[in-house]
Amino acid sequence: MPATDEETVVPYVITDACLDVMDRTCVAQCPVDCIQEGERMLYIDPDGCIDCGACEPVCPQEAIHLAAALPAELQHFEAVNAQFHTATDYGPAGPGRAAGVDHPVVAALPRR
Amino acid sequence: MPHVAVVGAGPSGLFATAELRRRRPDVPVDVLDRLPTPFGLVRYGVAPDHHRIKSVTATLAAVFADERVRFLGNVGLGSDVTVAELRRSYDAVVVATGSGAARDLGIPGEGLPGSITAADLVAWYNGHPDAVPVLSWPRPATVAVVGAGNVALDVARVLLKSGTGLDDTDIPDPVRAGLDAHPVHAVHVVARRGHHDVRFSLGELLAFDDLPGVVPVVDPAGLTDDPPPGHAARARHAVFRRWAENSPGPGDRVLRFHVHRSPVAVLGSTRVTGIRLADPTTGTASVLDVDAVVRAIGYRGTPIPGLPFDPERATVPHESGRVEPGLYVTGWLKRGPSGVIGTNKACAVESVGSLLDDLDDLPAAAPSARKALTAAHEVVDWAGWTRIDRAEIALGRRRGRARTKITDTAELLAHARH
Repeated sequence: MPATDEETVVPYVITDACLDVMDRTCVAQCPVDCIQEGERMLYIDPDGCIDCGACEPVCPQEAIHLAAALPAELQHFEAVNAQFHTATDYGPAGPGRAAGVDHPVVAALPRR
Repeated sequence: MPHVAVVGAGPSGLFATAELRRRRPDVPVDVLDRLPTPFGLVRYGVAPDHHRIKSVTATLAAVFADERVRFLGNVGLGSDVTVAELRRSYDAVVVATGSGAARDLGIPGEGLPGSITAADLVAWYNGHPDAVPVLSWPRPATVAVVGAGNVALDVARVLLKSGTGLDDTDIPDPVRAGLDAHPVHAVHVVARRGHHDVRFSLGELLAFDDLPGVVPVVDPAGLTDDPPPGHAARARHAVFRRWAENSPGPGDRVLRFHVHRSPVAVLGSTRVTGIRLADPTTGTASVLDVDAVVRAIGYRGTPIPGLPFDPERATVPHESGRVEPGLYVTGWLKRGPSGVIGTNKACAVESVGSLLDDLDDLPAAAPSARKALTAAHEVVDWAGWTRIDRAEIALGRRRGRARTKITDTAELLAHARH
């Protein structure tokens, strides 16, 4: 059955606690393979995410948040995760891009 | 060419099938299910208003696009085929039949009319072919739901929404009517675990903020100031503290949480009239007047002839999913009824890894046995399920919904035939 939510929902969001760690345990748990890699961080595709919550508790960095409960200082990662999957000049590996390229906001963060 | 059987077309069985396809695309797989319909607990366990989670069916169904993967629905392990027959017919067998039975509280009064299991209630509101109506209370009712996990929250939410509130779902017409005929004005959620240890997920809790006419309230007793470790648990703690301040007005329906309270007896003479709780630390007792008790304290696996069984854990003993070479388990039957849908994917990857380590050294099965196995039954194949699927979508469309489930086995089989 298709999701009936017409608006784009972002149930779970990966934040900068993932930066330069990329543990990837979440990738193995995601039943719909909606977690994609940039160079330094992972991102959740809001169109693919089915809101099951498998990823959130397995992250050793506690980088994954329910979008509805993001702390104020991390709110912008909701857009960062979504834009990573819709932008043309950066995003996950795919046709025309051999490896993932981070969102500019993430790429600009200092190395950890 | 080896041929693998996967028993159970729920998420665990289908994740195992997908992993087999990914690693050995040359190996054909037959996926058996006792029902004429695939998807197991995604179809019959996930709450009907969880549209996004239910949409995982699109991912799970993808394995059947490959002609080397067959769906053999309406073939029950134990009733139609045995483990021994499957092992003679297939080179390797993966059992993913889950944990179907409800756990009991083991307290006096549990058998009274009005005391039911979440397993039975969930199966009924999801239109499981074997389910029977379980709601029996006088109107309007107060219901206690015992449990510290998301199933307890599903049950509470569905009861508070009633049938009309589930208009955008696939629930069958009799379920909608049954829920509307049994209105609920208050739900008490009772959990033995403390505030820091409950398993309610944050998203499931927050859903109650958006339920019209429903006010969530938390009994502040035992709600400490110190937040638990982990950001999700801290956010949950903050929700509980916020809800502890709520005061429902007249006419509001109330969802009241009683955490760190053990149920010690279901009260009543001819049917449920209350539930007695005790503080697990001090023993201090209290009574809630309720018309029904729903126990949502988990599921149990049941023994399957031909498979070893650990009665303590109610699971099949295994090593990395291997019961013995040629026989494997995955999902709830392997690790017990815990985790969310995605948890079963990593679980299936492990079991299939063990299977593929063994596969080329296993004795070959007889293809003739395989043919005889399926010839004796009315098998619903993927095309048959597709016809059921279309019939349900058409039924829903007439009601202005995406789908309305068909629940009667004979009717499901009739749609599968043509």
